Amino acid sequence: MTAALALGDDALVLSHRLGEWAGHAPVLEEEVALANIALDLLGQARTLLSSVGDEDELAFLREERSFRNVQLVEQPNGDFAHTIARQLYFSVYQHLLYGRLAAGEGQFAALAAKAVKEVAYHRDHAEQWVLRLGDGTAESHERMQRGLDALWRYTGELFEPVEGLDLDRQTLGDDWLAAVTSVVRRATLTLPTGPQSGGWAAGAGRQGLHTEPFGRMLAEMQHLHRSHPGASW
Amino acid sequence: MVAVTAGRTAQGVADAAEAGSEREAAAFDAAVAADERIEPRDWMPDAYRATLVRQMAQHAHSEIIGMQPEANWISRAPSLRRKAILMAKVQDEAGHGLYLYSAAETLGTSREELLDKLHAGRQRYSSIFNYPTLTWADVGAIGWLVDGAAITNQVPLCRCSYGPYARAMVRICKEESFHQRQGFELLLALSRGTPAQHAMAQDAVDRWWWPSLMMFGPPDDASSHSAQSMAWKIKRHSNDELRRRFVDICVPQAQALGLTLPDPDIRWNEEIGQHDYGEIDWTEFQEVLKGNGPCNDQRLAQRRTAHEEGAWVRDAAAVYADKQRARADGSGAEGTTTDAEATAHPVEATA
Repeated sequence: MTAALALGDDALVLSHRLGEWAGHAPVLEEEVALANIALDLLGQARTLLSSVGDEDELAFLREERSFRNVQLVEQPNGDFAHTIARQLYFSVYQHLLYGRLAAGEGQFAALAAKAVKEVAYHRDHAEQWVLRLGDGTAESHERMQRGLDALWRYTGELFEPVEGLDLDRQTLGDDWLAAVTSVVRRATLTLPTGPQSGGWAAGAGRQGLHTEPFGRMLAEMQHLHRSHPGASW
Repeated sequence: MVAVTAGRTAQGVADAAEAGSEREAAAFDAAVAADERIEPRDWMPDAYRATLVRQMAQHAHSEIIGMQPEANWISRAPSLRRKAILMAKVQDEAGHGLYLYSAAETLGTSREELLDKLHAGRQRYSSIFNYPTLTWADVGAIGWLVDGAAITNQVPLCRCSYGPYARAMVRICKEESFHQRQGFELLLALSRGTPAQHAMAQDAVDRWWWPSLMMFGPPDDASSHSAQSMAWKIKRHSNDELRRRFVDICVPQAQALGLTLPDPDIRWNEEIGQHDYGEIDWTEFQEVLKGNGPCNDQRLAQRRTAHEEGAWVRDAAAVYADKQRARADGSGAEGTTTDAEATAHPVEATA
């Protein structure tokens, strides 16, 4: 239950944030790409949430404190570099995670086997943009660095234990750090140095503690569904 | 290209060009008459080219502006299934924009040039998107009525005389008809839902019906581009013909939906075997066209803002691509263009 909610909420919430780009992307190809990623994530979310209950009840009728997503995915889009930084951190993690789950025999193996192919594209998309922005113009370099720095504090939570997900968090974290470091260096950027979690840094989304923007996001997402109790759509 | 010899006079060259273009014009006319496709490398009259660029640009712009009223509801979609359908639909529209800008590029224009004209207000998009989406039911009404009207307009374009446009339309029409069915199904769920949902659906149809009829353009006696476009087989049916065909399609569908079309004058006309319908408010049409619709300023402003705020991203992509090329060439050019210089001469990404 906990693991399906954690993974499902991650996908649901990030999909929602990416959906907010529709009509605002910097170039038409990115309208298509961001929507594509959002749709993949929404598909994953629906499979995961449906495995533990009614997908719409879970998405639209839970309160903020009951969501189990990491705080990283709920962070507002910011500029394109900020969104790409969030995509890099999350898609590298998700790719490594689903790769491991697909190789195992646990309850998520089938879902992960399908999702890992989608997520490989998400990761490639993010990495390519980190390279373009980091090694592009002075302005894009600065914006990309700012995005990486701002979201760094939300990355530690990715590697905290989740009940029902039996895997080696340490090697997952090590592999993630190696992959992110490699992209960041190739993009002529600097790996952020602050804490990845703990202290005042983030890291409690899995326990239902979220950041202020998340409540507003849910208010918008849930408003229509909640306005018509019991209705079907 | 034919090399011009030094001995020829300018007049001689002009005469020869004219004779050549007469032959080419005859070939063009014959191809159109025989229902063959005109392809990008074929000779075509300048006015034919200009008409196509205008129409394809307007069509492409409509796709990308049309994303806005629907994207307005992605974040509020009331079920995850509906959210997925809506996101996929808005994504399709971006894809249609891509095909159409690419098709227009075969006529010697560029996407950038066309977008600049859109942003400067020098090229139009479909006026329907200057109406607001006020409730969730509007998403359904757009699918059923607006996409329905678009399909009625666009299916004949699959036989348009210009090859790249006709081929783009085949793919677009398939997806549009999917959208139309999804819109119908969304409205059906609302119409059969709670009284509040039913009322929401009826209200949306009331607001979108007349603007949808206006999508077919001015009445035939007032349509400035129609006659020539019909002769060139860019256009196959008159505005009024298509409009009436659309009414014929919608009447039984509205009955199936359990919703009313807001026109008391719709009735079956035995004589012509089609429906008659009421008077369209052409003053409203002209006003929206002139920029005085509810959302004209908002739509264009959002488009311009997205483009302007994305400029640094496109610049970065172009500069990065240049650096990659220089590295691949191994010419040692790497590092000769500084970021500052590159930023001073931004190149639009064409990926």
